[in-house]
Amino acid sequence: MSDGLNRRGWLARTLALAGAAVLAGCEKVSESPKALAVAGAAETLTLKVQRLLQQRTALAPEFDEADISPFFKPNGETEPQNPDYLKHVAAGFADFRLEVGGLVERPLRLSLAELRAAPARTQITRHDCVEGWSCIGKWTGARLGPLLQRAGLKPATRYIVFHCADEWYGPPGSGTPYYESLDLVDAFHPQTILAYEMNGQVLPMAHGAPLRLRVERQLGYKHAKFVMRIEAVDSLAGFGGGKGGFWPDQGYEWYAGI
Amino acid sequence: MPRPDRRLENGRLAIHRHPLAVRLWHWLNLACLLALLTSGLQIFNAHPALYMGKASAFDRPVMAMTAVETSTGGYRGVTRLFGRSWDTTGLFGASREGADMADRGFPRWITLPPGRDLATGRRWHFFFAWIFVLNGAAYLVWGLGGRTRRELWPSGAEIRGIGRQVWDHLRLRLPKGEAARRYNVLQKLSYLAVLLVLLPLMVLTGLTMSPGMDAAAPWLPVLFGGRQTARSIHFLTASGVVLFTLVHVAMVFAAGVINEMRSMITGRYVIDPREGSAEERP
Repeated sequence: MSDGLNRRGWLARTLALAGAAVLAGCEKVSESPKALAVAGAAETLTLKVQRLLQQRTALAPEFDEADISPFFKPNGETEPQNPDYLKHVAAGFADFRLEVGGLVERPLRLSLAELRAAPARTQITRHDCVEGWSCIGKWTGARLGPLLQRAGLKPATRYIVFHCADEWYGPPGSGTPYYESLDLVDAFHPQTILAYEMNGQVLPMAHGAPLRLRVERQLGYKHAKFVMRIEAVDSLAGFGGGKGGFWPDQGYEWYAGI
Repeated sequence: MPRPDRRLENGRLAIHRHPLAVRLWHWLNLACLLALLTSGLQIFNAHPALYMGKASAFDRPVMAMTAVETSTGGYRGVTRLFGRSWDTTGLFGASREGADMADRGFPRWITLPPGRDLATGRRWHFFFAWIFVLNGAAYLVWGLGGRTRRELWPSGAEIRGIGRQVWDHLRLRLPKGEAARRYNVLQKLSYLAVLLVLLPLMVLTGLTMSPGMDAAAPWLPVLFGGRQTARSIHFLTASGVVLFTLVHVAMVFAAGVINEMRSMITGRYVIDPREGSAEERP
């Protein structure tokens, strides 16, 4: 009997030690760049499988007016301090021109009035934050696809990069600028718009005035706020940390469909 | 084909209980579920509150872990569930990070990685989710087509004898001898419930949280009553898996940890045919 007890004590101690070693090992491995690169393979698989399951133009679910969240949580940057941006705010974005450039035949400079005259779409959609919460809002904006067609993408274009006015980790005017990017499937998706209205009102600053990208089949951080400039590119290598977006550069997936 | 029994010197029988595929599946599953649970709690910690419906009514969570600042500048952990709240300092809402109390849902010893890092948690979660799903699909195709189905599907007689089995289990009188060759009816039913209900529900509610999947299959969020309800169910199914695992491990200890562990590592399980089965006992 006492033999049995000793054996059990020995077993418990061994298991506890092994457990601690496993936990320490897990901590080290889970943060190692090599292991993270291996785990990152799941992102490509997720993108490929979701694209296979989705039709190219399959819509994200849309909702009724009654579903609109009474409080839509503003997240990320809500008051950019970039001096150029603040000048636009002071002028009510009267002189603001959205630049569409890069690998295009006809670079564009569009005022908000011109964007409001462009082919538009209104949609009530669910905004899913990477943190786990959701809010439902109504967005009206210029469809990105027709704008890109107007500019005329050169055949080498693979991605559309969105340059934003908000800056992170630094003083206004010299911080790390926010940016995001889409491939052409999502750029030409019917629900992909540059929103200038939210819930029937002019887009408020906290939600990205003057323009916020809506890309409804992906998580919230892809929905770049304060969009100033759009660039058609053949590679994401030259921007920020090279991962295609501010949050992707911090380790988040570029494809945020899950 | 099952390997033949081998009679040991002491009169007991060494039987081949688990085929290699089942053993591999079991341990790979354990690794996946452990990584999914711990990385899942890391993700949960990014917004440690659960809601019902399509969107988050931030003032009406069904469950929330929050940190309340104390007068001394530290934190007190408060967990709310259906409007009632408890002080859960040290475990939920606020727990130790070095010398200080930190504002976090689940404590660092149960999240992957231990420190606050949503991006890394997500990366591991989806990596292991893929392995888990592929591993599970392989098992269902391989197992439920034949051997496993024969071993897990209870007979009518077993179902009728369930009361007796529950009573025996409560007194920790587990099947012995020849009866321990097969799964008993409670094992069969709990394994089937986990395989066919709990784990598929966990995968489906996980997929429902994906905006990409909701575009591909708009019926998913409808089925579960909205994305936030699906997220809450996902949390519940994970809790269910934890509960199952605790009972499972307790039963392994009750039935004899060495013999049970060996049978899931090498396949070899030792029974004593001279011991009566639970059903035969007067």
